[in-house]
Amino acid sequence: MGTYIFRLSDIGEGVAEAEIVAWHVKVGDRVEEDQVLVDMMTDKATVEMTSPVSGVVQALYGEVGTFVPVGSNLLEFAVADGAATAAAAPAAAPAQAPAPVERARARAPEAAPARRAPAAKMSQPDSLPLASPATRRFAQERGINLRFVPGTGPAGRITREDVEAFAAGPASAGQARSPLRAKRTGVTETKLVGLRRAIAERMQEAKRRIPHFGYVEEFDMTELESLRRALNASKATDQPRLTLLPFFMRALVQTLPDFPNVNARFDDDAGVVSASAGVHIGIATQTDRGLMVPVIRHAETLSLWESARELIRVTQAARDGSAPRDLLSGSTITLTSLGALGGISTTPVINRPEVAIIGPNKLVERPVVVAGQIVIRAMMNVSSAFDHRIVDGHDAARFIQALKRLLESPALLFVESH
Amino acid sequence: MPAITTKVLVVGGGPGGYVAAIRCGQLGLDTVLVENGELGGTCLTRGCIPSKALIHAASQFDEMRCAAQQGGRFGISLTQPPLLDFAATGAWKDGVVAQLSGGVAALLKRAGVRVVKGWARFADAKSCVVDTPDPTSINAEHVILATGSVPVELKFLPFGGKVITSTEALSLAGLPRRLVVVGAGYIGLELGIAFRKLGAEVAIVELQDRILPLYDEKLVDPVRRWLAAHGVEMHLTARARGLDEAGDALIVEMGDGATIHLPADKFLVTVGRTPLTQGWGLENMALTMDGGFVQVDDRCHTAMKNVWAIGDLVGEPMLAHKASAQGEMVAEIIAGKRRRFDPVAIAAVCFTEPEIVSVGAGPDETGAGEIIVSSFPFAANGRALSMGAGKDGGFVRIVARKDDHRILGIQAVGQHVAELSGEFAHAVEMGALLEDVAGTIHVHPTLSEAFHEAALDGLGHAIHKASARSPA
Repeated sequence: MGTYIFRLSDIGEGVAEAEIVAWHVKVGDRVEEDQVLVDMMTDKATVEMTSPVSGVVQALYGEVGTFVPVGSNLLEFAVADGAATAAAAPAAAPAQAPAPVERARARAPEAAPARRAPAAKMSQPDSLPLASPATRRFAQERGINLRFVPGTGPAGRITREDVEAFAAGPASAGQARSPLRAKRTGVTETKLVGLRRAIAERMQEAKRRIPHFGYVEEFDMTELESLRRALNASKATDQPRLTLLPFFMRALVQTLPDFPNVNARFDDDAGVVSASAGVHIGIATQTDRGLMVPVIRHAETLSLWESARELIRVTQAARDGSAPRDLLSGSTITLTSLGALGGISTTPVINRPEVAIIGPNKLVERPVVVAGQIVIRAMMNVSSAFDHRIVDGHDAARFIQALKRLLESPALLFVESH
Repeated sequence: MPAITTKVLVVGGGPGGYVAAIRCGQLGLDTVLVENGELGGTCLTRGCIPSKALIHAASQFDEMRCAAQQGGRFGISLTQPPLLDFAATGAWKDGVVAQLSGGVAALLKRAGVRVVKGWARFADAKSCVVDTPDPTSINAEHVILATGSVPVELKFLPFGGKVITSTEALSLAGLPRRLVVVGAGYIGLELGIAFRKLGAEVAIVELQDRILPLYDEKLVDPVRRWLAAHGVEMHLTARARGLDEAGDALIVEMGDGATIHLPADKFLVTVGRTPLTQGWGLENMALTMDGGFVQVDDRCHTAMKNVWAIGDLVGEPMLAHKASAQGEMVAEIIAGKRRRFDPVAIAAVCFTEPEIVSVGAGPDETGAGEIIVSSFPFAANGRALSMGAGKDGGFVRIVARKDDHRILGIQAVGQHVAELSGEFAHAVEMGALLEDVAGTIHVHPTLSEAFHEAALDGLGHAIHKASARSPA
C-alpha cells in the first residue's frame, strides 16, 4: 500500500486560502474516485473537492472552520501501489503544512497564547473540577471546560458520561421537567463557519469602513402597478411573471449614466473609485445558507423581459448552490428587496466595495392627497444607502429623485434611452 | 555548512527533551534532538539516577556496618566491618548511567529521531547552529526548549577546587573524610546522608532555622531524628561566608553573630538550581520571561509562535517527571491534539533517610474550607516492622475536605515510601474520596496498608489504631 496526500489545489481567482466548511469523509472511510471529500469555501464560493483516487482515509488535516493555504495537505489516503502515489506530491511541498489530526479531527485551532498558567505554582487541588485524568483529556479534546460541567458522581465528580451529556446539550441531559412552562436552560454555541462567517466578516467590514448615508423617499407606484398587471395579464406563456424588480433594474440602467459615481466600486485601501460604464446589478438573495448576492451582468443590455428572466436565473442559482464564483462577484450596485416583508423603511448595508444600495420597501395602498383630493394610491417607500465618502447627499437625493421620476411615470422607461 | 530542515527541533536531551522527541517520533513528526552531553540530561547522568545509585550503595554499606557492630542486626552479624572501594562503587554507578543513557539513545533511534551532538546557539526563534565539527544549521517549524537547569553558585563560594556541585559530588575519585554541605534542601540532604552512611563526617549549614523548608515539620521530623542519631553536625540559622584564606575551612556566621570555621575536604554547595538560560541564544528568540524562567501558557507555549518550553526552564517544581509530562504533551499538541497541562498534583520525593513523599496539599496549604487530617504510623504496619522500618517515626497522612471527603493531599515519611508515590498521585489525580481508598483492598502485608488505614482513620474507624474522630 502506498500513501497519497491530497492537497488543496489552486481553486483560482488568486485565492490564497480556503476554509474547510464540511468534511464528507472521516478517518478510516473507504473512498472511491470522484467521491466528494470536503467542502472548501473561498470568499467567493463553496467548492466541493472530489477524490482523485480510491483508497482509505488515513488522516484529515484540519477541522471545520480551519483556513487552509492553497497547496497544503488536506487528506491522506492509503492507496494501492501504483501511479497515484507518484503523482501525489507536487514538487514544492509547503513548508508550513500543518500536522495531521491523528485518528481524529481534533486539531486545535491556533489559540492565542494568552492563557497563562502560573508555571511555578500548582493550583490548589480543591479549586479544580473533580474529574479523572482520562475524563479531563476527553473534555479537552472536545474543547469543553469542565468548570461548566455538572458532575453526577460522589462529591460532584465529573464522569465521562457527564461530559458526553453536556456536549450533547441540555435536551439530552435527562433532567426531569414539567411539560408546561418548563424553564429553558442551556446555551447553544455554534462556531461561525462557511457562508455565515463570510457574511459576518463582510457586514462587519462594510459597516466598519463605510460611512453609510441613508435616504428614504416615497414613490407613487400606481401607474407602474397598472402597467405591470397589464403586462402580466397579456404575457406569453414562456415569459416570466414580472415583479417590481425588473422595473427597478430598467430604471437604474437609465438613470446611472447621469450618476457615474453611484455605479462604482471604491477600493478604499488604494483610494481609487472605479466608475463602471456597464451596470452590473447585485441581487440580494436569501438562501437556505444565508444571504448571497448573485450578479446580473450588463443589465443595460437586457430588455424588461430579459431582466425578469435573468433575475430568476441568478437567484435560482444562488438558492440551489449552483452559482459559479463569477456569478457571485463583480456587481457595481445592489438591489435588496424583502418583498412583502419589506416594511416601511430599511437601512440597507452597502455591498462593499460598491458605493450604493437600493432597497424597495413594501407596496401598500394608502390615501394620499393629489391635486387637493384624497385618493387611494399604491405607495412604496424606497430606502437607499450611499457611501458618503464618494456620494454626496445632494447627488444621492438627485439620483433617487431621478429613479422616482422614471418609476412613477413608467412610460418614460420605454421612451427615454441613452 | 550542513543544513537540516525539520518539523520539530528539541533542544536538550534530558527527561523533558528526550521524552518530547520520542513522542514526536511516535506521532510521525520529523524530529531532531540536540544535546551537548550524554543523553538523559541532568536527571539521568548527574542527578536522580546516579544519586539514587550512590544512596543505595551507601544504605547497603550502612546495613553491613550495623551487622558488624556488636549484636549485629536481624540476627546477622559480620566478623569484620565491610570494606568500601569507593572507585568500584563509582564504576557500578557509572555502569547504571551508561546503560540507561544507551537505552535512551536506542529509544530515540527507534522513534526515528535524529540526534545531533553539540551545543546549539539560536540566531532567531526558529533556527540555530550546532557546534558540531562542521557546524550544522538547523531550521525548524517548531522548537521545543528543554535546556534544564544548573546548580546555583554562591558568589562568595565559587565552584572549583574543594567547592563542588552535586555533579562533582556524584563523581568523586575518593570518599571525602569530612564533607560540609551548604544548603539543607533535598539534594544536600540526600547526598549528605549518603556520604554519612559511607562513613564521611558530614556537617550541614542552612540559612533557615530548619531543614527541608518545603515540607512541614512533622514530615521532616523523622529525617531530623536520623541526622541527630547518626552524628550529622547541623548548623541552622547559619550563613556561609566563604572559605578561609587557606581554603580548608568554611567560615560560617551563626545566628547569634558568632563565627565558626568548619574544616572539610569538600564543600558541597546545594542551594538550589537555576534554569539554564545563558549561552545558547535565548536572548535572540524574543521570548517573554517570568523572572528567571521562560514564560509559558498551560500548553507550554512561549510568547513566540510554535516555540515551546518545558521542564526546569519554565518553573517550579523542577522535577524530571514534570518535564517528561510536559514534553509528551507538547509533542501531541504539535501533532494536532488538544492538550493542556493540568495536573492536580505533581508528587515530590526526597530520598533521604527515611524517605519523604508529598502529593498535593499539606494540612496548612488547603486554603478555605474545613479539612480532615488523618494519619497512620508505620510502627503499626506489619510490613514496616518486618523490614525493620517501623521505628523511625514514619507515617502516612491524608488531607481531605471535610464536607465531601475529597482527598486534597497525601504525604508520607518512612523507609521505602517513595514507591507509594504512584498510588498517592493516582488517588489525588483521580479525585479519590476517603471512601474510595477505604474501599480499595490493599495487599497484606505491604506498606500500602498504612495508606488504607489512614483513609479509615479519616472516616473515624481505623482498625489498627484508635481514631480520634468518631466513626462515620
